[in-house]
Amino acid sequence: MNLLRKNDLIMLGLSLVIFAILQVLITTKVLTSFWELNLIIIGINVIMAVSLNLINGYTGQFSLGHAGFMAVGAYTGVVMTTFFHLPFIVAIIAGAVLAGLLGFLIGLPTLRLRGDYLAIATLGLGEIIRIVIMNLDYVGGAAGFKGITHHTNFAWVFLIMLFTLFVIKNFVNSSHGRACIAIRENEIAAEAMGINTTKYKVMAFTIGAAFAGVAGCLFGHNFYIISPGSFTFLASFNYLIMVVMGGLGSITGSIAGAFVVTFISAVLAPWPEFRMIIYALALILLMFYRPQGLFGYMEVTSMGIFRRIFKRGHES
Amino acid sequence: MDFLHQFVQQLINGVSLGSIYALIALGYTMIYGIIKLINFAHGDIYMVGAYIGFFAITRAGLSIVPALLISMVVTGILGMIVERLAYKPLRHAPRISVLITAIGVSFFLEYASMYFVSPTPRTFPEVIPSVAFNVGPFIVNGQQMLIMGITLVLMLILTYIVQKTKLGKAMRAASFDVETAQLMGINADRVISFTFCIGSALAAAAGVLVGVYYNSIDPLMGIMPGLKAFVAAVLGGIGILPGAVAGGIILGVIEALVSGFISSTFRDAAAFAILILVLLFKPSGIFGKNTREKV
Amino acid sequence: MFFSKKLRLASAVLGVAMLSTVFAGCGGDSGSSDEFKVGANIEMTGNQANYGNAGLEGLRLAIKEANEAGGINGKQIKLVEADNKSESAEAVNAATKLISDDGVKVIVGPAVTANVIAESQVATDNKVPVIAFAATNPDVTVENGAVKPYIFRSCFIDPQQGTVMAQFASKELKAKTAVMYIDSSSDYSKSLGKVFQETFEAAGGKVVMQESFLAKDQDFKAALTKIKAANADVIFIPAYYEEVGKIVKQAREIGITATMLGTDGWDDPKVADIAGASALNNTYFSTHYFAEDPGAKSFIDSFTKEYGHAPNVFAALGYDAGKLLVDALKRAGSDDPEAIRKAIEETKDLQVATAKVTMDPATHNPIKDAIIIENVDGKYVFKSRIAPSK
Repeated sequence: MNLLRKNDLIMLGLSLVIFAILQVLITTKVLTSFWELNLIIIGINVIMAVSLNLINGYTGQFSLGHAGFMAVGAYTGVVMTTFFHLPFIVAIIAGAVLAGLLGFLIGLPTLRLRGDYLAIATLGLGEIIRIVIMNLDYVGGAAGFKGITHHTNFAWVFLIMLFTLFVIKNFVNSSHGRACIAIRENEIAAEAMGINTTKYKVMAFTIGAAFAGVAGCLFGHNFYIISPGSFTFLASFNYLIMVVMGGLGSITGSIAGAFVVTFISAVLAPWPEFRMIIYALALILLMFYRPQGLFGYMEVTSMGIFRRIFKRGHES
Repeated sequence: MDFLHQFVQQLINGVSLGSIYALIALGYTMIYGIIKLINFAHGDIYMVGAYIGFFAITRAGLSIVPALLISMVVTGILGMIVERLAYKPLRHAPRISVLITAIGVSFFLEYASMYFVSPTPRTFPEVIPSVAFNVGPFIVNGQQMLIMGITLVLMLILTYIVQKTKLGKAMRAASFDVETAQLMGINADRVISFTFCIGSALAAAAGVLVGVYYNSIDPLMGIMPGLKAFVAAVLGGIGILPGAVAGGIILGVIEALVSGFISSTFRDAAAFAILILVLLFKPSGIFGKNTREKV
Repeated sequence: MFFSKKLRLASAVLGVAMLSTVFAGCGGDSGSSDEFKVGANIEMTGNQANYGNAGLEGLRLAIKEANEAGGINGKQIKLVEADNKSESAEAVNAATKLISDDGVKVIVGPAVTANVIAESQVATDNKVPVIAFAATNPDVTVENGAVKPYIFRSCFIDPQQGTVMAQFASKELKAKTAVMYIDSSSDYSKSLGKVFQETFEAAGGKVVMQESFLAKDQDFKAALTKIKAANADVIFIPAYYEEVGKIVKQAREIGITATMLGTDGWDDPKVADIAGASALNNTYFSTHYFAEDPGAKSFIDSFTKEYGHAPNVFAALGYDAGKLLVDALKRAGSDDPEAIRKAIEETKDLQVATAKVTMDPATHNPIKDAIIIENVDGKYVFKSRIAPSK
């Protein structure tokens, strides 16, 4: 237990150091605003990937509608700040609550479905959310919601990302999380062991949806305009790709996946006609050589170099 | 026009739209039946089929039937190549990695075609004169009848292959249990490859027919029909051939009725909502058998 | 449990590559002083790529012509292109890259309204002028009644087109009833529908039905069957050419004979290809120019020579934006964004491909005529030219 807490502290310290360095680089304009924007996008994608990983990777429930919850968070958030002039933090909480609530309501009936049937049902629900938003003139309909005040900056994104990682990591390492992993490994066996599978599946789904709402809210306040077109099933695929690329069931993996996907996209920007072709080939090759993703089930804290540091810390 | 008249006309529209979904859904469902892969690239195979048909007609000056056959053959081979290069190496990998590969193949086909044929839509020349038949007060288009006719013929051929031929028997055995089938002396790789070939050829047929009927094709045309066909396959019970056909036609009719009597903007939402409702009450689709999971 | 050797190598390579790009990016390439850096934020991939790329072809041609004619005071213009993937969020990303990494002083594009609106805040914050070449929604240049100082456009606006077509329907065609068939995924289509309805009903007509479809739809027969039952005098379809071609084709197939009206999205040879020349008879649309116009002829010739195919309306508008920009750069005389902004605002009687334009400083919209064209057996026939109402 002691080791765990110490690990957390070390990771927190490291993260804050990284944050400080990046923030200084941004403030001194060493990193141009294009790279600042990409750091923000990476942060948002990390939140999306980690929260999807909780559902897909840890609980083993195949969800393809994550962008729908992001849309709910984004629209809730911008309505709060634009129409009701509420503070940004309130908007974020509202986005999380509404997306989570919707996740709960959707999860309750649909999580009875298994495997690919669940995948298509969640994909359908994500699309239904998008189509409903598209037909709501209150939020601008298909044309999008205009006139959003810019609230999202690197500090917000990084700190909320840290919070997300902390919550999800602790959830996964708690007895709830172990129940979720048991469901992933074998649902029937888990049930036989007395785990209330529906409860834990819905719990994971709700938490995942709530954090997708948070990410949506950050996303919505970053681009001055949001439109339903940003939340199609292709966006959900993109988050799934990050999760699988990094490794299902690894938080470190999801961070790496979000980082790599965003980065590839930014670096290939000057060659738009080849960007998607290269991206597609990279994806296929990665699945060939590392079908379990970059990190598999591993976490960075369990790797040699960190283990050495932690162990020393523990012994002293 | 009174309500009943409109209703029947919408049914005709729906069935012709649905038969295209059915053709694509057949490929989805066959592939799923054997290797349990949601082949997200299937919609793009359909797009490639449409382009091959387009070039066969415009560049080689062929008429519709040879163009259709060439497109089916070439696309069938493309399907086999895709399977061989992208999916076969992952036969024992986790299913989700194969799914991601399928998404990768889908992006690759879309954007490689976009590079080679440009994103501008192409228009099919009029290979079949579009004649409208008035059947009583209803209007049926000649091309609509052609689509339904070709779909029917292809389905009959497929049924024959699957039910009567040796390869069909092997396919059915493999979809039941690949490993046992292998123990019985069936070459699973060959069967899987053949399944991709047939599925892709059917998608190519759908692509050419759509090109002829709607007259316009573009590199991203496969995304939505691919998704719809997947919905149709699941609706009918994925892995079941008659289910895919029924699912496709039901989906087409739902879409036509919703557009006709409610609003086009809620067409897709209604299709998904009905799918989810069906799944909630019958979790393995309309024709699916509810198999009890063994411990 | 340990990193495999191969993976370690791969991640090391990746890490180095990433760092190097980041620092390369930081250098802030200020550009050599013997060229003007102009950004193009374009839908090069994604759903709207065919509109964006057509505009880009026109824009490239205008820049090329200017450079061949000696550039701006001896300096060449360098066009830096960025792809916004047809997404508004990516439009912000692309604009940020153009401004902060490439150091452009003025941006042309994107094509689509929503993407320009997304970009406009970044441009305004960085004081970089923007010329939108095809975004016809009024909100692009005006926000809450105030003109956005850095955002301009080189085409006319939706209310003008919508009014023109509604007046044409009621005065020339003597239509009493109309059906609107709207692309509900597009701001362009929706706002045109709104203006059309207001003007048409003010002139004594009635919009008896409104139906909608979504961009990239293939099958329109269900809604068209319903529209046929409404039996209106005219059907107004403000949409882009791909869908328009299919709608007209399918409408005639199910026996709709009513007059169909459209807007500048119809102005593409593809409409006739898809729909067929005879189906397209008895349709009218408003657009920016007519091929016989002064300015248009030479543009069409040089465009066809350059690319081997005829331009569509997006290409013409992209070319216009390029012309407008070149003219402004000449008058500004430097690459100071403020001077460029002022020069664009002062554009007067400039002959571009589609018209002679004067920028209205109060709205940042050019004052341009709209043209109404009738489709007769696959050919455009000039119908009338209507000046903007004040």
